[in-house]
Parts: sequence; structure tokens; C-alpha cells
Amino acid sequence: MSDKNDKFKTQETILDHLPEHEKSRVEANEHSTTGHEWDGIKEFDKPIPRWWMWTYILSIVFAIGYMIAYPAIPLVNDYTKGLLNWSSRDAVEQQISEAKLAQSVYIDALNITALDDVAGNEELMIFAVEGGKSAYAVNCVQCHGSGAIGSKGYPNLNDDEWLWGGTLEEIYTTISHGIRFDEDEDSRYSEMPAFLTDEMLAKDEIAQVAHFVRSFTGLEHNAADAALGAVIFEDNCAGCHGDTGAGDKDQGAPNLADAVWLYGADQQTLVNTISTGRKGVMPAWAHRLDDTVLKQLTLFVHSRGGGL
Amino acid sequence: MSIFFIIFLSLTAVSGLIGAAFAVDNIFAFHSWLTVFVSLAFLFWGIKNYSNKPANQKRYLDGVVRYGIIATIIWGIVGFLVGIVIATELAFPEANLFKEMNFGRLRPLHTSAVIFAFCGNALIASSFFVVQRTTGARLALGNLSWFVFWGYQYFILLAATSYVLGSTQAREYAEPEWYIDIWLTIVWVAYLFVFLGTLFKRKEPHIFVANWFYLSFIVTVAMLHVVNNLAVPVSFFGVKSYSLFSGVQDALTQWWYGHNAVGFFLTAAFLGIMYYFVPKRANRPIFSYRLSIVHFWSLIFLYIWAGPHHLLYTALPDWAQTLGMVFSIMLWMPSWGGMINGLMTLQGAWDKIRTDPIIRMFVLSLAFYGMSTFEGPLMAIKEVNSLSHYTDWTIGHVHSAALGWNGMVTFAMIYYIVPKLWGKKEIYSLKWVGWHFWLATIGIVFYISAMWVSGIMQGVMWKSYNAAGFLEYSFAETVAAMFPYYVIRTIGGILFLLGSLLMAYNVYRTIRMTEEEEANIETVAETNMPATNVSATNAAEPVVATTNATKPGS
Repeated sequence: MSDKNDKFKTQETILDHLPEHEKSRVEANEHSTTGHEWDGIKEFDKPIPRWWMWTYILSIVFAIGYMIAYPAIPLVNDYTKGLLNWSSRDAVEQQISEAKLAQSVYIDALNITALDDVAGNEELMIFAVEGGKSAYAVNCVQCHGSGAIGSKGYPNLNDDEWLWGGTLEEIYTTISHGIRFDEDEDSRYSEMPAFLTDEMLAKDEIAQVAHFVRSFTGLEHNAADAALGAVIFEDNCAGCHGDTGAGDKDQGAPNLADAVWLYGADQQTLVNTISTGRKGVMPAWAHRLDDTVLKQLTLFVHSRGGGL
Repeated sequence: MSIFFIIFLSLTAVSGLIGAAFAVDNIFAFHSWLTVFVSLAFLFWGIKNYSNKPANQKRYLDGVVRYGIIATIIWGIVGFLVGIVIATELAFPEANLFKEMNFGRLRPLHTSAVIFAFCGNALIASSFFVVQRTTGARLALGNLSWFVFWGYQYFILLAATSYVLGSTQAREYAEPEWYIDIWLTIVWVAYLFVFLGTLFKRKEPHIFVANWFYLSFIVTVAMLHVVNNLAVPVSFFGVKSYSLFSGVQDALTQWWYGHNAVGFFLTAAFLGIMYYFVPKRANRPIFSYRLSIVHFWSLIFLYIWAGPHHLLYTALPDWAQTLGMVFSIMLWMPSWGGMINGLMTLQGAWDKIRTDPIIRMFVLSLAFYGMSTFEGPLMAIKEVNSLSHYTDWTIGHVHSAALGWNGMVTFAMIYYIVPKLWGKKEIYSLKWVGWHFWLATIGIVFYISAMWVSGIMQGVMWKSYNAAGFLEYSFAETVAAMFPYYVIRTIGGILFLLGSLLMAYNVYRTIRMTEEEEANIETVAETNMPATNVSATNAAEPVVATTNATKPGS
């Protein structure tokens, strides 16, 4: 193992003539162990791999450099600010102000443009609809769905049928003040009576009305029951829904003569609706979102399927 | 059972009765009654088996290790199973059938079952095994190690039932309420005494490297547990308590604890397992003593500061965030030191990866360890963290470490230790070990690659802005996009569970193995080693050994 007695002092060793896997074994055995032994386990007294040591040292050097550049060391009442004078608060504020600045041209324009006039400015319209889409994704998808198709009790916003009106102004009012939302005194309010619960109609009469309502759109119904129901409808329902069931947007009375149903049009659902009434609530957003966002939302919703 | 235990159990029974009498809520009453019954059951058993005969100091105390290994396997299966249930609940929310099995209650059950019940039992059992053999001494302090075992199981039982019944401190990995914390403190201090007492009796003047890691784990976990759980109970007869800290200090204390639970429970202590079982199974000396010293002390010193990286981009002051990040980066090499020492110990025995499925498991666990301890510092870099934080990437990272490193190294340890503990020459079927290896490996790959994709996708979707400067996606859209990955993750978990069930059956067959069967089982052929002073030692190790006195002068 020692080269001292090798009078030829050749540079060549046995290792040079061994296959790779044998070499490592022979090399391994040339190292002595530490002399400790526990339950048959010994430890080689090998040096620490150089790459490991250097990478470790480099990571420490990087750490020290980073600590000099950035806030790092706590002091009694303060902390070292670092050479770059960076702070997360400033960084966020800067990002926000840059983003605001980038949008400010459009925001300012939107603020002074009336809803009906926005569509005339194509660039502004694109910005408003994109903003509305984003605000919609955060605030509205929970009820109306990410594709705005709604679900039972939550109106579909893609069609041209509107409960409370589908003009820009009407959509804006609905979003701003909600529907049947107690905390906003400008919220529009109406209530479909609970005809059974409040003992205004008997069970069989309600079933007859339901048959009649189904007859508006040609759904399967019992003609005799529907004929009886027509009379009851005229006395009890036509006041809001109209003689032809066309509804009344001023009081949020749904059109019963189209294929759009908020709660469903099967016999049982209609009976339930008439028996216990319906009064879905939409919250008011004017208290939570600023006016620019309300306008964007209005334009976005209108663009999905606006209407009269 | 000694007179001390009889007095102690009487005290716990009486305090249980008092607790039950004055309890202000149902969970506390339930736990009080449970304490009464469990105390009385042990008391009855203890008095029936009362013995004053001193233990034979020439024999190892291995009964507690056998119990610990079986507990490890059972709790492991429970933990993996609950993991699959909650993974299913995420993919299919309808699976949240009733409040006791809601995701919110089962999630801490899963994490605690895996970390504390599965890993904890593996660590306690293996440390009792290793410390006896590397000191050549029986476990110290009589039967206190049995108290540690049963006391720890009782802690798990209290914690698990409290989660399901709806009681929690809402601190991640420290969910149990104040009275369960006090009980664990008592058990843990007993554990420390047993371990230290055994070390004091050692025959070899030097302390074996595995024992440094185990000891650092026991001491640090005690400190972390006590500080993080400082709380004021609303009533001494009720479950609810409030943390002593508030606001960002509370959050930092929690993550100082949480990160070092990972560092000392799942890293340092498992390196203790690695440092004994890898050289033992490979029958090779440890690669480098010097590396083990340097990486041990570096790891211990650096780990404790890295907690703030869990709170990057929060209300935590910038200076603390910087420290959390740079200490994590400095941790990279000290963590890898353990991997190098483990893998390089196989130098000269690489062929065993092919011939010995247990060595193969050890190697894979070290590979996952290396990968996770690289990924950890990477994710602690602020720029990376701004993408990864709060996403599934974190879940993927945790599982590549927990399934790949902790799980695999524990399975390999179990396959090695079970024949030794029950006096068999080898595990019943090495072929099944090979099957377990592949089931678990494929399961892990399914799991972590699904979580990487879903995590990075989630982070990118959250950060996406459109040309007009507005957010591109709603939160609900990002949730919907993760669905397929949640399903893949569940499948990965099922594969991993199947592997562990196979292990349980293999262990059962090993314990029940007849002599005839034992004569016919497959063993790993001894590798032909070059003749050295190293390889000849330890050819025939005595099982259920008498004191394995180390040879003087070796």
C-alpha cells in the first residue's frame, strides 16, 4: 500500500488495469476504517467528497450575499434593510400601481362614458367586457355558473329572456341593487304567493293551474284539468303573469309562455312553485364593487345575451 | 409490572374519573371514561402478572420492538386508507357522507396516522432495536419502554378520536388539544429517559451515528412539541384551549414547529434508521465517518431556522422571510450528506440492487430522499415559492418525501427486522418484496407526477392575466381543472396501499413460518466480496441475541 519501497516509482498502479466496478472495490478497501465497531458496523475513514464540500460552501456564500442584499438581520428595534433597499410591501405597491397605470386610460374613459355609448368605442368595449368577465369569474360564478348558464333557481344569463329586463340600464340596476335584497332599499321586490300554504287555493285547483300553465308551451297536459285551471289562472295569476302568461318585467313576473324555466316545468315542480311560492334573492353589489366594475359587469352580462 | 406502574395507573384511573365527573363537554367526558377503562384494564393485567423478578440483563428487550413493528404496519395501513378516502373526497365531493367523515376531520387523521402513528412507531421501535445492538446493552429503566409503547398508542387513540369527533387546535400536525399534548409530553420524556439510559450503559466508548440522529430527534421533538402547544385551556374539564401566541407570532411558532417536525421526525430520525439498517443489510462499512459528522451537525444547526419559508409572502417581516429562505438553501448539502453516505455505503456491493429487493428499497428511498431534499430548498426560493405556495405542488413534495423516503425506508427496515425479531433466517417471500417495491414505486410516480402537473397548472392559472390586465380564470375553474389529477392521485394511493397490504401478509407469513417452510424459502445469495478485514465480520448474527459484546480493540 505504501509507495515508499517502490524503487521504480512508476505512476501506473494496479487500479489502471482493473475494470471500473472492480476498481471501486479495491479503492474502497484501501481506506482504513475509523476503528469503531457497533454490532458489526464499521465506518470508513474516507474524506468528504469535494463537490459536496464546495457546493455546501457556495450555498453558504450565496446565503451571506443574499443577506447583505436583502432585509435579513433583526436588531433591537429595527432590522438591516439590505443594500438593495427592497421591501415586499413596496414591491407589491409598485406592481399594483403599474397595473393600475396600464389600465387607467380605459378606466377613465369608461367612467365618463354612458353605458349605451360604450359599444361605439370598440377598444373600450373589449376592455370593459374583459374586465366584466374577470369580475364575473370572481363574484358571480358561485350562483350563475362559470359558463353563465345558471342552474335551478339561478337565471341563465346567456339567453335573451329577462325576469327584470335585459337592457343595459336594467341589468345595471339589478347588479347594483340586487333583487329582493333586504339590505338595499332600492332593491326591486316582488313575491310569488304561496297559494297552498296561505290557503288561497286547494290542492286539486293548484294541479289544474299547473296543467293549464303547461298548455301555454304545448307541454303534455290533461285538457279537462287545463280548462278548469284556465279559470283559476285568470282569477289568481293573470294579474302578474298576464292573460297569455307573457309575464311582466316591471314586477319580475316570469314569462310562462316560453321554454325558459327558472325552477322547472314538470308538473310536480309547477305544483310546488304554486303551492309554496318562490322568491329567490340576488345580493346588491353596489356596496362591494366600485362603479367601474359594475359597468364592466353590466356590459359583460349584456354581451352574453342582452335583450329587451 | 412494577409497583410504580400500579401506582401510576391508579392515578390515571382516578384522574379519569374526576374528569368524567366534571366534564363540560362530551368529547372530554368520552376521553375521561376511556382513560378510566384503559387504566383499569392495564391495572388488572399488571396485578395479575405482577413480578418482582429483575430482568435478565444479558438479553435484549425485544418484545416492545415486536409490538412496535406490528403497530407500525397496522397504523400504516390505516393512514394510507384514510389518505385514499380523503383523496376520493377531493375528486368527488359527494363522498363527504356525514360530518364524522368530512374532509376537514379526516385530513388531520390521515396526516397524524401517517406521521405520528406509522412513522412514529417505526422510529420508536427501530430506535429501541438499534440502540440496544449498538450499545450492547438491554433497554434501560426496566419496563419503561413498554410504557412508552402503550402510552404512545394511547396518545394516537386520543388524537384520532378527537379529530373524528370534531376537536382540534387547528395547528397543522399539532391538532390534538392541550390534555392530549400533556399526555404525549409525559410519554416522550419517558422515551428520552429510556434512550439516554441505554446510551449510558454502552460498551463501545463512541456513540454510533444512528444514535446521534435518534437522540437529536427525541430532544428536538420534545422542545418543539412543548413550545408550540403552549395554550390556555378554557376549562380544566373541557377540550377547548387557546394558543399563548397570537397573530403572526403564532403562525411563526406553528411553522417553526411544523417545519422541524419534518426536519427531525421525518428527516433526522429516519437517517438514524438508514445509518444502521443500510450498512447492516449491505454488510458494508459506512462510506465516510467524517461526512457523517459534518452533515449531522450542519443539519441540526441549519434545520431549526428554516421554518419561515412556510410563510413567504405573508405578514411575516421581510427579514424573517429572508432567513427562512437562505437557511433552506444552505440545508441542501447537509441533507444530501445522508443520501451520499447511504448510497456510497453500497460501493462495492452495487450488484445487490439487482439481487436483493430489500437493498433495492433502501436505494430507492434514498433516491426519493435526495430528490425531496433538493425540491425543498428549491421551493423555499421566493420566486419559486410565489408559484408553488398554496398549490398541489406542496402536496406532491410532501408525498414524494413521505411515501418515497419515509415509507420505503420503513418498509425495507421492516423486511430486514422482522426475521431478526422472530428468529427466522429471512422474510417469507422476497418475491413479494419485489412486488411491493413495484406497486409502491408506480403508486408514488402516479401520485407525485399528478400533483406536480396539477400544482404547477394551478399556480399558473392563478397568476394568469389576459391582455387587458384582468385575471384569466376564476377559482372555481382552477378547481375544476384539477379533477383528472385528483383521480390519478387516488389511483396512486390505492397502489401504494396494495403494496403495504402485501407487506402485512408477508410479515404475517414470516412470523407464522414453520421450520419446513423456512428451509425452503428463498434467500439472497451472499455477494462474493474481496477478502478484506471488513467483509468477514458479522456473517452469522445471533437472532434474539444475548449481549452482542463488541470486540475490544476492533
